Order: sequence, then C-alpha cells, then structure tokens
Amino acid sequence: MDVLAAKALGAGIAVIALAGVGIGIGNIFAALVTSVARNPSARDQVFGLGILGFALTEAVALFALLIAFLILFT
Amino acid sequence: MAAEGTIDALGQFQLETSLGALGASVHFTQSNLMMLIASGLILSLLFFGMRPKAIVPGRLQALAEIAYDGIRGMCDEQIGHEGRKFFPFIFTLFFFILLGNLLGLLPFSFTYTSHIAVTFSLALTVIVLVTVVALSIHGMHFFTYFFPAGAPKLLAPLIIPVEIISYLSRPVSLSIRLFANMVAGHVMFEVFASFIVMMAAAGSFGMLGAVGPLALNVVLVGFELLVAFLQAYVFSILTCIYLHDAVHLH
Repeated sequence: MDVLAAKALGAGIAVIALAGVGIGIGNIFAALVTSVARNPSARDQVFGLGILGFALTEAVALFALLIAFLILFT
Repeated sequence: MAAEGTIDALGQFQLETSLGALGASVHFTQSNLMMLIASGLILSLLFFGMRPKAIVPGRLQALAEIAYDGIRGMCDEQIGHEGRKFFPFIFTLFFFILLGNLLGLLPFSFTYTSHIAVTFSLALTVIVLVTVVALSIHGMHFFTYFFPAGAPKLLAPLIIPVEIISYLSRPVSLSIRLFANMVAGHVMFEVFASFIVMMAAAGSFGMLGAVGPLALNVVLVGFELLVAFLQAYVFSILTCIYLHDAVHLH
C-alpha cells in the first residue's frame, strides 16, 4: 500500500476514539440538564462541575486528534 | 499556507528568533517575546487598574477586582482555609495561561501554550510544588496517600501501583490537555483558512463556496475564545484540587 494512503487510513482509524468521547460529553450534559431541572438553585455549583467534566472528557478526544495529527503531518 | 494544494498545518508553531540580530544572538524566540508581553499586560492591568483605588470602581478597576475575587474564591472553595497561601501562585498560573491562549488568537502572533515544552514545565512546577507541600505538612505520613484507609489489605499490591501511576501521570495529562487543545484549535484554523484559499483559486463559483469555510472560521474564533478561558480555568482548578489533596490527604 502507498505510504500516504496508509497514513490517511491510520489517521482516520485514530479518531474512532471520538465516538466514545461523543457519548461521554453527551452523558455529562444530559446529567447537567437533569440536575439543573430538578434543582435550579444548584445551578452555579453544578455548572462548574459539568464544565470540568466536559474539559476532562474533551482532553481524551484531543489525545486521539493529536495522534491523528502526528500520523498525518510528521 | 496552501502551497500547491497541501496544507502546512504545523508550520505555524515553528519557533523563530525575534528582535533582530540581538534576539538571534541569545536565541530569543517569538515565544519568549509573547511571554514577556503577556506578563507585562497582567502586571499593567493590576497596576493601572488598582491605581485609582476608587470605592466605586471604573472599568479597568472592576476587571482587576473581578479577576482577583474570582481566583481567590476558587482557591478558598477548592483548597479550603489554607488556600490563601497558594492564591498568588494560582493567580499567576491562571493569567499566564489565559493571556497565552488569548494572545495566540490575534493574527500574526504566537501561542506559547501550544508548545509542550512550556505546558509541561508549568505542569511539572505544579506537581513538584504539590509534592513538596504534601511532604512538608505530613512528612512520611504522606505515603499513606497511595493506600486509602479502610481498603482491604489483600488489594494492596493492586491499589498501590495504580495510585502511584495515577499520581505520576498527573503532570502528563495536565500538560497534554492544554497543549493539545491549543494545537488542535490552531490547526483547525489553518485547515479551514487553507480551504478558503483553495476554493477561491478555483474560479468565480469557488469564490462563492469559499464563504462557507470563512463563516466557519469566524465561528471557530468564538469557540476558541471559550476554549482559551476554559483551559486556563481547568488548569488552575486542577492545580487547586491537587493542592487540596496535598494539604488534606484525601
């Protein structure tokens, strides 16, 4: 196989991890919406936690993206 | 740069010497220059913002006060009563990263937080500080951190390595999170900006189509502003959480 084609395929495979991250971020915000709907007065405290969880989960997506970039551009 | 249909996405992170021959002789890069500008901006915000000492603050003073109050609130909330001691460190860390992220969004500037060398040094500083604080407060008692009280003794060979690995991987995840966010954001800018050039080069019909990536890039700038704040916040709040662990041991 052509090296360039293999690189493109590898980068594509590397970002499959984003499926899990999508599910994770969806879960976080679903839980955030539910908890704010149940107890609107807790919004300020819960929102910070939700954003923290979002950033931690998003980092996983970026690890995968970074691997894809490394495969593509180096 | 879209030269003959290829996208040079990582070229924007290349270090070059700045300030002419003088800068070249001491290897003063544009990254260092941006760090100096960022530090100067923070110091002048605090200096000129707080100079009027008005009871009803003006715009600049309100900004400085909100920044001060916000970070101090975060320290008190996360670390507890001892948080006051670490407030200057957290404040410096937050604003150094925030200004790095925000200045990087300006055209022709450079994001120093997009280099793993910078973010990893910051994370290493944090982790060394956390360990030193924990050791100085708790002494040898600190090592019970790796084996939570009440856990079954049989599980010790399993729990202790896991805890040690998770402790040691903190600086890695802390630095890669910030660095990868910044790199990914700027690579996205570059890729969509290259699409604009490529489509516009394809004739008058392409000119119309180029509006798409241009609009997307505008939206991305807004998103990256959010990410810039968020990553600075996450970095400093995780530092606070680690410091809380160091001060209270679980």
